[in-house]
Amino acid sequence: MANIMTKPDKPLLTRDQIAKRLAQDLEADWVVNIGIGLPVLSVAHVPKDRDVILHSENGIIGMGPPPEREEDIDRDLMSAGKGPVTLIPGGVFVHHADSFSLARGGRLDCAVLGAFQVGANGDLANWKVKGASSGNIGGAMDIAVGAKRVFAIMTHLAKNGEAKVVQAIDYPPTALGVVTRVYTDMAVISVTPDGFVLEEVAPGLTVDDVQAATDAELILPDAVRTIAA
Amino acid sequence: MKKKQARSIEDAISNLRDDAIVLVGGFGYGGVPEALIEGVCGSGLKNLTIVNNNAGTGHTGIARLLEEGCVGKMICSFPFAAESHVFKEMFAAGKVDLEVVPQGTMAERMRNAGAGLGGFLTPTGVGTEIAEGKPEFEVDGKTYIMEKPLRGDFALVKAYKTDPRGNLIYRKAARNFNPVMAMAADFTIAEVAEEVPLDGLDPEAIVTPGVYVDCYCVTG
Repeated sequence: MANIMTKPDKPLLTRDQIAKRLAQDLEADWVVNIGIGLPVLSVAHVPKDRDVILHSENGIIGMGPPPEREEDIDRDLMSAGKGPVTLIPGGVFVHHADSFSLARGGRLDCAVLGAFQVGANGDLANWKVKGASSGNIGGAMDIAVGAKRVFAIMTHLAKNGEAKVVQAIDYPPTALGVVTRVYTDMAVISVTPDGFVLEEVAPGLTVDDVQAATDAELILPDAVRTIAA
Repeated sequence: MKKKQARSIEDAISNLRDDAIVLVGGFGYGGVPEALIEGVCGSGLKNLTIVNNNAGTGHTGIARLLEEGCVGKMICSFPFAAESHVFKEMFAAGKVDLEVVPQGTMAERMRNAGAGLGGFLTPTGVGTEIAEGKPEFEVDGKTYIMEKPLRGDFALVKAYKTDPRGNLIYRKAARNFNPVMAMAADFTIAEVAEEVPLDGLDPEAIVTPGVYVDCYCVTG
């Protein structure tokens, strides 16, 4: 069991604020896979004039926002999380084997995935709770190994206070050494060959607050920025 | 020309048999051969292995197949969806087996079977419990595990349009698993919304050639 950490008695970022911070790092012309759950919130925060091509594992290359009018909802045009979406101009439909060829084949510039735990070596756990008899893999294993970058988005601590940013994961892994950045309600942390580097902290939090909630040593750069929430 | 349009759903489903591996298309709401699945529900078939991304939701479709006692095993990537109550209860009670497969591996295993190949090497699952018991290979410095083809005795697929040869096109993201399932089964049944005359489909746009389709039912 991961260690219980100290949660600061201060307001943390909301789910939407974490997603907004992450969206700033999705660059123009990237092909990006968005996982289900918390990752989906980041889509609405990508600036409208920034051409990010969203890939949905069920065969949509160029997924657009949900339709504005209810009558435009189409059961044949849903996201991986089964929510209604649209197709951007120039978007394409492919079948599942081609969709995952794209993912494994290195065409995803970035994957945004939820996580139970992230290790200091970039190991990702997000499909099965420790001790469970089974779980949901979905597309996460293929997408995590194939993407050029994996952004993990999650709360910094589990509901029971267990560490999620850890030296070594002890949940069943989804993929090894794949996470490049972690976005939480407390910080933005890069995964480097030397371990976790604390890039930014949430407004009102100190570096010590984040370290006390992290079960691994955080490397501090010359200047730790404050997240623009 | 061989007549591929089935006389009825029941007639098409009568080809299935107990203990068969049945590939069932669809992802979420899109591309689900609902009428064919309903047909299997009333068939009294037993101990089917169903391959689908999920394990049924609510009490319709694959969830109803489970409730009717037709299913011995599910092969899925995401079996424990919020609405998969029927499967969750039956799995917890030991009434149905489960094989969880990464989604891309699942699709590729079927394409592999359809392409007449004997397996493939994938980086997906290396270092995870998915790799347990599977041969591991290093190719040009990168580690892969070997996955085997996944062949179906039958495939139930949903398409948008067919012509009399069974050439299929799909609608939007309802394509999903259907094309790889159509090619991976010994006997493929397509449920289509519309039939068009010969030459009614653009040959450049046909996704599934009719050679993969054994019969089809037009459901409108």
